[in-house]
Amino acid sequence: MNWTLAIPEIALSISGLIILLWGAIQKKGNAFFPCAILSIAAFVAVGFLTLTVSNGVGYNGLFINDEFSRYMKILIIIAGFLSIILSIDFNGKNDTNCFEYIALIVFSTVGAMVMVSSNDLMTLYMGLELSSLALYILCAIDRKNVFSAESGVKYFVLGSVASGILLYGISMIYGFSGGMGYSTIHQIIASNHALSAGFAVGLVFVLVGLCFKISAVPFHMWTPDVYQGAPTPVTTFLSTAPKFAAFALFLRLMIGPFGHLSPQWQLLIEVIAILSIIIGSVGAIAQTNIKRMMAYSSISHMGFALVGLAAATPDGVMGTLIYLTTYLFMNVGTFAVIAAMSRKGHVVENINDLAGLGKTDPGIATAMAIFMFSMAGVPPLAGFFGKFLVFKAALGADLYSLTIIGLLASAVGAFFYLRIVKIMFFDKAVEALDQRSLSLSFVTFSMGTLTLVFMLFLSPMIQMGQIAAQSLFH
Amino acid sequence: MNILNTVGLAPYLIVSGLLFTIGLFGIFASRKNLIVILMSIELMLLSANLNLIAFSSALENLTGQVLVMFTLTVAAAESAIGLAIVMVYYRNRHSVEVQDATMMKG
Repeated sequence: MNWTLAIPEIALSISGLIILLWGAIQKKGNAFFPCAILSIAAFVAVGFLTLTVSNGVGYNGLFINDEFSRYMKILIIIAGFLSIILSIDFNGKNDTNCFEYIALIVFSTVGAMVMVSSNDLMTLYMGLELSSLALYILCAIDRKNVFSAESGVKYFVLGSVASGILLYGISMIYGFSGGMGYSTIHQIIASNHALSAGFAVGLVFVLVGLCFKISAVPFHMWTPDVYQGAPTPVTTFLSTAPKFAAFALFLRLMIGPFGHLSPQWQLLIEVIAILSIIIGSVGAIAQTNIKRMMAYSSISHMGFALVGLAAATPDGVMGTLIYLTTYLFMNVGTFAVIAAMSRKGHVVENINDLAGLGKTDPGIATAMAIFMFSMAGVPPLAGFFGKFLVFKAALGADLYSLTIIGLLASAVGAFFYLRIVKIMFFDKAVEALDQRSLSLSFVTFSMGTLTLVFMLFLSPMIQMGQIAAQSLFH
Repeated sequence: MNILNTVGLAPYLIVSGLLFTIGLFGIFASRKNLIVILMSIELMLLSANLNLIAFSSALENLTGQVLVMFTLTVAAAESAIGLAIVMVYYRNRHSVEVQDATMMKG
């Protein structure tokens, strides 16, 4: 048994436990800041471990490490790392600077990494639950805030229903294929093209569970409420790491064990992608709260990323990977700007609170404008290349209607992104926002730079994405 | 003597399907109380467990029963966290009715 394959996960779990222990035995003072520094160090170390750990299948076929899992794990680790940095200053404002917060983010990241490396439905379920259970608490961590409590309740109820459906689906797949390992399921499907009804039910139920996690339409209802209510650094984490993990599962399951069934599921994914893009873009227009708007925006981004999966080719998977990378940069950057939005120590979240930011704080307004242009898909920013690659793959797979609808909807989406730019630069200035803290500026400007210069390292990224995608197809 | 040989697999699947449907209805149709919803979630997880055990016995393969052990642990953790979140919610709103959870809309 090759236990070293899971060293990154083991190391991160141990650091989470150390953080928990240290916070509990600390007698005087608040353990939040030292724990945050410890977790940042742990994330950096685990990032290097992930890059060095060898490929292979271990733990009796439960766990797999390949180029694809490495790529997704690095994205997840970056998301966890940036969320912690965002929360260092933000959490002091609303009294959520407790060490448990750090430990929960670390455990949720471990769960997401296990999901990415799953090679068996059992690992999938355990990783998904580890990552979700920590997130339910994180959403409700601002205990005295009624919005945070309500978002916790909503996420918990709908999330548990989704994982219940997923577990039922797993049981059906197990019963009708005789095993839970991805390779077992793959062999069964390869040898027997006729799909039994029970197996189809299981497949659909698993798809529903995963669609909920990535908040694809028709399972997106929770997203705006949860995003609005949860504290901003938690929303940042929620909109990146668990979605990447669920996307990794989506790609691994659909291309791997269910790869032979692609004619059956391709249309389903296409419909989900189109609906997510349209409902995400249209729903965002009417929003006045910027976090709700970002929730709809993330729904439509997930739709765009699904376009790559609908193509079901190595190019499509590569496009999805690049799309998720650019999504990480733009999304975390935007949420860093949102975290910086406060007046006299109170958090403000209305879109109109950004009015005149171009005059009162030109630096952060420019960064926000870069993120908005990039999300709208304006070349030469990062978001453009993501969209370009997924639609190129869709055209390569002859999905013309999907491409046309997607491009039209992205023009609708451009409206509400550019409206924010207009409010920031052309509306009359309201009172200036509070002085932004160093950690928020760091995240905003590093993500802004990455979004701006993404084209410079596009070809190495594409190369990495291609290697990662190839490892799924063997 | 395997009990499945006398009744077969189908009754188990029907019962677990019924339990699952009752759980799903309890959440989406009744929409009254958060505690009822917690119970319904538990029912859904247990119906999946029943399914796994029945299949594991029918297939003579232990994997399903191993997952049931894990699922029971997860379900315990899930209801503990759920109750804690409901407590937090109750302290803020002084109610556990679902219809009161409407602070955010749009």
